[in-house]
Amino acid sequence: MGKRFLMKGNEALAEAAIHAGCKYFFGYPITPQNEIPEYMSKKLPEIGGVYLQAESEVAAINMIFGAAGTGKRVMTSSSSPGVSLMSEGISYIAGAELPCVLMNIMRGGPGLGGILPSQSDYFQATRGGGHGDYRLLVLAPSTVQEAVDLTMLAFDLAEKYRSPVMILADGFMGQMMEAVEFNETHMDGLPDPAEWAVGYMKQRGSRALVKSLYLDPEELEAHNWKLQAKYAEMTKNEKRHESYLADDAEILIAAYGTVARIARTAINELRAEGVKVGLFRPISLFPFPYEPLEALPKSVKQILTVEMSCGQMIEDIRLGVGKDMPVSMYGRVGGMTPSVEEIKDQVRKALGR
Amino acid sequence: MKETKIFEKPKSMVDVTTHYCPGCTHGVAHRLVAEIIDELGIQEKTVAVAPVGCAVFLYNYINVDAYEAAHGRAPAVASACKRLLPDHIVFSYQGDGDLASIGMAEIVHAANRGEHITVVFLNNAIYGMTGGQMAPTTLVGQKATTCPLGRDPKLAGYPIRMCEMLSTLQAPAYIARVSVAKPKYTLKAKEALRKAFQTQIDGKGFSFVEILSTCPTNWGLRPVDATNWLEEHMMPEFPLGEFKTPA
Repeated sequence: MGKRFLMKGNEALAEAAIHAGCKYFFGYPITPQNEIPEYMSKKLPEIGGVYLQAESEVAAINMIFGAAGTGKRVMTSSSSPGVSLMSEGISYIAGAELPCVLMNIMRGGPGLGGILPSQSDYFQATRGGGHGDYRLLVLAPSTVQEAVDLTMLAFDLAEKYRSPVMILADGFMGQMMEAVEFNETHMDGLPDPAEWAVGYMKQRGSRALVKSLYLDPEELEAHNWKLQAKYAEMTKNEKRHESYLADDAEILIAAYGTVARIARTAINELRAEGVKVGLFRPISLFPFPYEPLEALPKSVKQILTVEMSCGQMIEDIRLGVGKDMPVSMYGRVGGMTPSVEEIKDQVRKALGR
Repeated sequence: MKETKIFEKPKSMVDVTTHYCPGCTHGVAHRLVAEIIDELGIQEKTVAVAPVGCAVFLYNYINVDAYEAAHGRAPAVASACKRLLPDHIVFSYQGDGDLASIGMAEIVHAANRGEHITVVFLNNAIYGMTGGQMAPTTLVGQKATTCPLGRDPKLAGYPIRMCEMLSTLQAPAYIARVSVAKPKYTLKAKEALRKAFQTQIDGKGFSFVEILSTCPTNWGLRPVDATNWLEEHMMPEFPLGEFKTPA
């Protein structure tokens, strides 16, 4: 086991990015993710990197466009309203096929909303956010250690698919402290930026163009199909989920991120009472792991989705299980969090006990 | 008889016909930039950032590494690129709608940070590509498709003078306004562009060249009349000259 550090989630996310080889950060302050840029502003100059505070999230994401176009490992972080502002730029980045890592430490919305934890940007993260037919690879950690591991994976996946990858966490994940270790991983066979990025004209003998503009409709259609083929590859290769005590369960709780760990405690306590309840936890939100839902254990008679939203991930759960499996929803929003007791009550209610 | 070549296409210019309207001065400005790139011998280490607007296809005409940025965001793209590739020469090329309207925040803050980039700013007092709408630089009384009776300052304010505004900032190293409407101005424009790129090469900071340009199509004037209109109406509003030079 490597050396362990007690770290706040936001700082661990930043440190994990540095371990992944990210030396370039562009961002704009917003609660509850400020520890990420603060950490980067201290650490990156020490390792010959760049920390630049943009004048807005709009500028920050376009700086990411410029930085990612050089093929180096770059990232930004923000929280819900800031990610809305970045969404146009994320669409351009996806269109231009630039690798980068984006972190959304979600807070309650809509509008200015609040600053407390929420999961109400699920649709925004998995259904686009910006304009056009594009997808983000979205990873949702439920512990600080998993946030560290997924951040390192995110940089590799971003390069592998030349695509933006989002770490979707909430204010709890950003603010809680846990012990973590940094186990660096390296994916083999990643594309060489010299093949496509700016800055290699002399070496390559031809210039690079970083753009999302295709005025010829036939070219734009072909570009779209190329992107779709890439998303199909992601869908084939990058689905991740965890099942917990699902094999003999009568009822499955579906939850991700912070809510999944609250649900886990509720499940342990209910199991002690003899209630057969398990957990389905998607880790990749796009691509969504539908297959385990399509082939549930025979014992499972219903699903209870628990989210810190009014019901967003539930749509993917329904897509997975089909119309014959009952799916109910329990959500707390606006910075309110479902408690262990509330989840236990919901399970008992669903089972008619 | 010995032949002496006295005129040729810049090496960094692509040998194609541009999409610009007859009498538009974008082509002249493109050529000047390409000539400077050639003369400074920096083609293989230059990065262009194209705007949204008529110059969106800049990269089809100048053969260097290039980005096509979102509307107004070219200075943010260029800032980050230059920070990551400090040995490269990075410039944005933007029109007045792109730079002085939607992209006002990005240009002001890139200038204020003293980014080591060069910005070429084409001011023709109108939105060209979208078909002649009012720009922040449209003159008082000038007609446009969204101010058909002429710009009324009571409703739409006054033309923004970017060079004067940016010159209030401490960080920028070189700021100049030139024109390419007539040959006598074009020669000076080329010198300003040379100074701007040299400022970046010398590591002296942010450089900005505003080029007063014609848009005969959307001004509703013949090309020659457009050059005269620019002299008579734009130059009094946007005086030519150097506003800041490197120490």
